[in-house]
Amino acid sequence: MILPLRVRDLTFVAGGRALITPLSLEIAAGPSTVILGANGAGKSVLMRLMHGLLAPSSGTVVWSGDNARRRQAMVFQRPVLLRRSVLANVTYALKLARVPRTDREGLALEALDSVGLAALANRPARVLSGGEQQRLALARAWALHPEVLFLDEPTASLDPTATREIERVIQAFDAAGTKIIMATHNLGQARRLGDEVLFLHQGRLVERAPVEQFFSRPASTEAAAFIKGELPWV
Amino acid sequence: MGLIFRLLLALSLAGPASAQPRFITVASTTSTEQSGLFKHLLPIFERKTGIQVRVVALGTGQALDMGRRGDADVVFVHAKPLEEKFLSEGFGVKRQDVMYNDFVLIGPKADPAKVGYAKDALEAFRKIRAAQSPFVSRGDRSGTHFAELEIWKAAGIDIAKDKGSWYRDTGQGMGPALNTAAGMNAYILADRGTWLSFKNRAELAILVEGDKRLFNQYGIMLVNPAKHPSVKREFGQAFIDWVVSPEGQNTIASYKINGEQLFFPNAE
Amino acid sequence: MEALSQALRLVTTGDATLAGIVLLSLAVSLSAVALATLLGLPLGAALAVGRFPGRRALVVLLNALMGLPPVVVGLLVYLLLSRAGPLGELGLLFTPPAMVVAQTILVLPIIAALCRQAVEDAWAEYEEQLRSLGASRFSAALTLVWDTRFSLVTAVLAGLGRASAEVGAVMIVGGNIDGVTRVMTTTIALETSKGDLPLALALGILLIALVIALNAAAAYVKGAAQRRHG
Repeated sequence: MILPLRVRDLTFVAGGRALITPLSLEIAAGPSTVILGANGAGKSVLMRLMHGLLAPSSGTVVWSGDNARRRQAMVFQRPVLLRRSVLANVTYALKLARVPRTDREGLALEALDSVGLAALANRPARVLSGGEQQRLALARAWALHPEVLFLDEPTASLDPTATREIERVIQAFDAAGTKIIMATHNLGQARRLGDEVLFLHQGRLVERAPVEQFFSRPASTEAAAFIKGELPWV
Repeated sequence: MGLIFRLLLALSLAGPASAQPRFITVASTTSTEQSGLFKHLLPIFERKTGIQVRVVALGTGQALDMGRRGDADVVFVHAKPLEEKFLSEGFGVKRQDVMYNDFVLIGPKADPAKVGYAKDALEAFRKIRAAQSPFVSRGDRSGTHFAELEIWKAAGIDIAKDKGSWYRDTGQGMGPALNTAAGMNAYILADRGTWLSFKNRAELAILVEGDKRLFNQYGIMLVNPAKHPSVKREFGQAFIDWVVSPEGQNTIASYKINGEQLFFPNAE
Repeated sequence: MEALSQALRLVTTGDATLAGIVLLSLAVSLSAVALATLLGLPLGAALAVGRFPGRRALVVLLNALMGLPPVVVGLLVYLLLSRAGPLGELGLLFTPPAMVVAQTILVLPIIAALCRQAVEDAWAEYEEQLRSLGASRFSAALTLVWDTRFSLVTAVLAGLGRASAEVGAVMIVGGNIDGVTRVMTTTIALETSKGDLPLALALGILLIALVIALNAAAAYVKGAAQRRHG
């Protein structure tokens, strides 16, 4: 078990600006966590700090258990796929995870099946539609059976139909026991998929609450303004 | 791809299982190469001895430098003073005459400098200088260039000081220099061999010939193995011996273009 | 026009000497490009994803080396391989391998620099995802070289163009020896200097036609592969 994740006094400074001001939190297994905030609030930066893609300027990000690196995965807003077949994109990830060659194809097909892409396994990944590509990215992450799945605005570039498909997949992963940590600025999506909300404003963790409570009785003025739609930018 | 490379490597080192690969490198001049003499001469030697002769054609000065560096086994050039210097420096083993031909003064048929009325090469050169007619020099330390400079000197002209924009110092081989002269309708000193096989004559023709100052002697030397142990002494000497032998000399004499003989053998 | 018909005549009469010259030209240039690709792709990829002091200066230097004058490279290789030089013992001067060495030196910067650009652009796009999946810089570089392979084909063709077109390097290190190191470009130079301009032009047309044929073949292969893999 690599959860709980403990973040202590985390800061991140870039280009002379503090994108994350001292922030501490603990993320436990179980409920899916949605990180909300206006554009520029620091959602993406915080996710990357937690996942290890960025190094903190100060403070610590500590996972429990060992091998935390391999027990997490991340899906980005724009799916980054290699110039090869759908199946090969998944087996590539398995190869990096040192899965024995003989097991790779089977596990890959399983993962593709779980997102409904098994029929497209031999197509070039790049000819897929936006929604299909993002499903492939999810399948790739899922194939590694991660304990924690980070999602950075996974449906921001997709149309409503594709968005619903992706949300279904995420819900399935959640039901299967994977810890979901997702950043989004789509309030409806947050309500549909999240169990708890972390609300960021200007690099600070301003509020943390179960999802329904956050939306019906926000404790902070910034959260209230955000929900009312008055805080599109920071 | 790797196969092609290995094939190339094998080809370049190919030869029967003798101590040295069976070829020699001869540094010679552009005038002998471009006259076509080697295409006529070499196959006969190669068939007879099985020794491949690889000719690298440069100007006389460069060819001798190649010998000094040890990159050639034999040098076959045409500037006796330069050859004797080479010998005295210890880079060559015995110099032998092989053949001669002559230089000719080429120029525009219209002959603006009235060179056709000169009684000898010296006067021709003086007329060109007086008329400041365009003159192309090889400027590349070749035998021909060397001969040209000797004629200016003998004519009493200090060409290094006296040259104006009419004197075009191109630094090129005989063929390119002739091309340049044809393009500029200029005068140029050329060896008869290259002129006879040169195809881009435009308005040019032979204007002065026969002066004994235009005599052009070719000599051959083995590069000294004492200075460069890599020199193929046995094969190189075999080539030299053949070239000065009656058979070699006759083959040289038999090379003709349009019925005209280019080189006149005169080995002792 | 006369040159065009002469070119056709050259090809159809199947002259053995000409065939030898053409084959040697292809062998030398293709070998050089193959070697340069083998060395240049890893070099370019490493430079693209690596991070070390002086990296930017190295990139600038590599780009500048794309403009190496062939005659200068020929001179340098000549001095190296001459009997009077450090590698004289190898006896490589005035042989086809010497020509391959010179052309490899000319082509290597082109392939490496273009590879570096292609991989660096791809790295900017792929870096986060590849690192998230746990790829090391080294394995990411290999993956990106394969992923940018279609752009890299163009880089290789640029190298091939340079190699088959140049005359300065092969003339100096090869010596344009009849039957041994004479290639198409040196033959064209020789025929020009002998004043046989129509023949030189005909050979030139032949050379260009060959290079076009090679490019067309590469485009075909690339197109077929792209349809398979997207």
